[in-house]
Amino acid sequence: MANAEFLLEMNNITKEFPGVKALDGVSLKVRPGSVHALMGENGAGKSTLMKCLFGIYSPDAGEIFLDGEKANITNSNDALGHGISMIHQELHPVPFRSVMENIWLGRFPTKGIGPIQFIDHKKMYADTESLFKDLDIDLNPETLVGKLSVSKIQSIEIAKAVSFHSRVIVMDEPTSSLTSVEVEHLFRIIRDLQKRGVAIIYISHKMEEILEISDEVTIMRDGKKIGTWPSAELTTDLIISRMVGRDLTNRFPERGNVPGEVYLKVEGLTSPEPRSFKDVSFTLRRGEILGVGGLVGAQRTEVIEALFGLRAIQSGSISIDGKKVNINSPQDAKKHGLALLTEERRVTGIFPVLSVHENGAIANLDRYQKPYLLLDGKKKKVEVDRMIEKLRTKTPTTKVQIMNLSGGNQQKVLLARWLLTEPEVLLLDEPTRGIDVGAKFEIYSIIADLAKQGKSIIMISSEMPELLGMSDRVMVMSEGRLTGILEGDQATETEVMRLAAQH
Amino acid sequence: MDVKKAQSFITQNAIYIVLVILILGIIVYEPSFMSVNTLRDVLIQSSTRVIIALGVAFILITAGTDLSAGRVVGFTAVISASMLQIPDYSRRFFPDLPQVHVLLPIAIAILAGLICGLVNGLVVSKLNVPPFIATLGTMLIVYGVNSLYFDMDPNQSQPIGGLREDFTKIGSGFIGSGQYSIPYIVIIAIVVAAIVWVLFNKTKLGKNMYAIGGNMQAAKVSGINVSKNLIYIYAIAGALYGLAGVLEAARTGGATNNYGNMYELDAIAACVVGGVSTTGGIGTVPGVLVGVIIFTLINYGLTFIGISPYYQLIIKGLIIIAAVSFDMRKYSSKK
Repeated sequence: MANAEFLLEMNNITKEFPGVKALDGVSLKVRPGSVHALMGENGAGKSTLMKCLFGIYSPDAGEIFLDGEKANITNSNDALGHGISMIHQELHPVPFRSVMENIWLGRFPTKGIGPIQFIDHKKMYADTESLFKDLDIDLNPETLVGKLSVSKIQSIEIAKAVSFHSRVIVMDEPTSSLTSVEVEHLFRIIRDLQKRGVAIIYISHKMEEILEISDEVTIMRDGKKIGTWPSAELTTDLIISRMVGRDLTNRFPERGNVPGEVYLKVEGLTSPEPRSFKDVSFTLRRGEILGVGGLVGAQRTEVIEALFGLRAIQSGSISIDGKKVNINSPQDAKKHGLALLTEERRVTGIFPVLSVHENGAIANLDRYQKPYLLLDGKKKKVEVDRMIEKLRTKTPTTKVQIMNLSGGNQQKVLLARWLLTEPEVLLLDEPTRGIDVGAKFEIYSIIADLAKQGKSIIMISSEMPELLGMSDRVMVMSEGRLTGILEGDQATETEVMRLAAQH
Repeated sequence: MDVKKAQSFITQNAIYIVLVILILGIIVYEPSFMSVNTLRDVLIQSSTRVIIALGVAFILITAGTDLSAGRVVGFTAVISASMLQIPDYSRRFFPDLPQVHVLLPIAIAILAGLICGLVNGLVVSKLNVPPFIATLGTMLIVYGVNSLYFDMDPNQSQPIGGLREDFTKIGSGFIGSGQYSIPYIVIIAIVVAAIVWVLFNKTKLGKNMYAIGGNMQAAKVSGINVSKNLIYIYAIAGALYGLAGVLEAARTGGATNNYGNMYELDAIAACVVGGVSTTGGIGTVPGVLVGVIIFTLINYGLTFIGISPYYQLIIKGLIIIAAVSFDMRKYSSKK
């Protein structure tokens, strides 16, 4: 029964975990040669559905058809065998091996006699080259993967998927760490794959992208399918309201903060590393939200990590409240009232196996110090849990391990961690990355509220609407240099992009 | 649903269930195993092991490991014994050493342990040597230093004996009398366990330890001075090994440079069986206690029913592998 209308059909998939119905009769029908966006807030069941497709979970009910034939997938090898592959949000290549070895890992071409087989490097090189040529990827097959950028590694993963003759490729948040140029390249590859009849299941939180690249959109909420629509019939607001289940009239809260006098002054900040930031000067006022825009690689993260004492400074000065300060470690930074929410929540933020409570308390233990080295457990419990609750963190109790919480709730716990240290300056690096729409709004409200209380905030963001919608001023960096600070009406998407691409 | 609950209970506690079955098997085979005497012997044998295992637990929770523990135990056993021989013993380590207060050599031995730990901590945190390699190095160095000390004139590598009674009493004395007496050494282990429990749960150092093991990068960003804390933690662990060495000398009434050999492996095994994660961030004092006691019980029980020590090694090895594999299953297959 080839040439079925749908290349992939998942019918009435149900999956129950103790206490939660993660998927409740969800169907997903994907046409050949189409980009099918799968959307929903975190916890809506997107990843569970994909894990059912890959045989990582076995669904309690429901069937999967490929090309009209029932497919029985019990592990990810089965999935590959059926021509289904996945490009994960976080890529895990083998860093000290070459590009081609990463692609052909586990199925190297061999030559030899009988049981004595050697790896055929020549064939591997040639195969890789022709694969890259097909996909318009410009890479030397012998480069070590560890040296490549995220976007290059991603193209390798896509090439690998194609090399498996995949008919369905799932892409989970493929653009989360790409620059806009790289996104364009990715989209070119996707369109090319479409022409070959490959179907793409595209998971993303970025509305603009979805509307640009996808043909159809399936929206999920709370483990149920809300519906599938042609992208042409959708708008950002429609998608959001269907994802959240209510109308979102405004994506950003009323801010109501009034910037006061200058509080933080940075002059001529220069990194000892040649290709990092150079001569960065700016001021930050009390109660101000200073957005930082730029492309990936603009060294924005490096600047605020230097402010926080995580990176060395070669020259330049930092003044807080009119006084020059020396910040050589995060301990110093904390003492001067700085707090840092890092970009990589899982790598440098959370302690996955520790409880929500301990995750919230860890930066603020000095406050609970009693004589004889002991901690005031009661005070710690009350204050930390109150703060976590105040930020409306959704968690069964604060005793559960933080890794069981969704990204948005983890982020709230991290915010609570830093708010407990009573900072004056908050450095927020991509504070809503990988967080669903509903939780995003709550994080925005917390940020706005902090500014209103007179806290000074630096917010790095690669999402243009967020950057423009939340900032009082926008500072733009390009290749380690500050290229401009935009105020009020000057801060437009085109202006930010122009400054971001200056160097 | 109840079936699922039972299943989850079994996976969560698989290792304990297996061990309880094993112990029940021993009791069925030899009912006289179940006695107050057994309990007492097991507790005595567990005491020094508990102290070493608690020291190792500190390190494991920071996602490190400590191969030097056993050799430090041997070193401190020799140090304390060498200074605590009776005055008229024929082969004294220090022939002219006056009768010092019993606590002085003990303090010196514990200090020596602490210094060994301090070195480990410095090498790990300041020279950025992975703990496995750092403590492999100190393991060899400590054994070498200990053997040189042990080989000094006039001792020349003779087992150190003739220990003072006020010292050996610590290892063999007890409160009360008869069957229901409580050995000092058990009391010491309980006190140490209580102190370590407080350190783990009620102090900044303990919280920092879990954080460093849970995610070292995040710990740095949170403003924790990681190297300072690691140095403290390794030093405390070293002091615990020091205390354990002293108690081993006191309990056995002697010491040689080979005391404590491979004790670190028993300690790591007991920690792992007791739920301490070797990837860091997880572990409790009660868990370590249970781990040690289970190992001692099985050791004692298998000897009791006359199983060859060679088989015992095989059984122990299987238990360690099973414990970790069950542990991995617990964390990886929540679905």
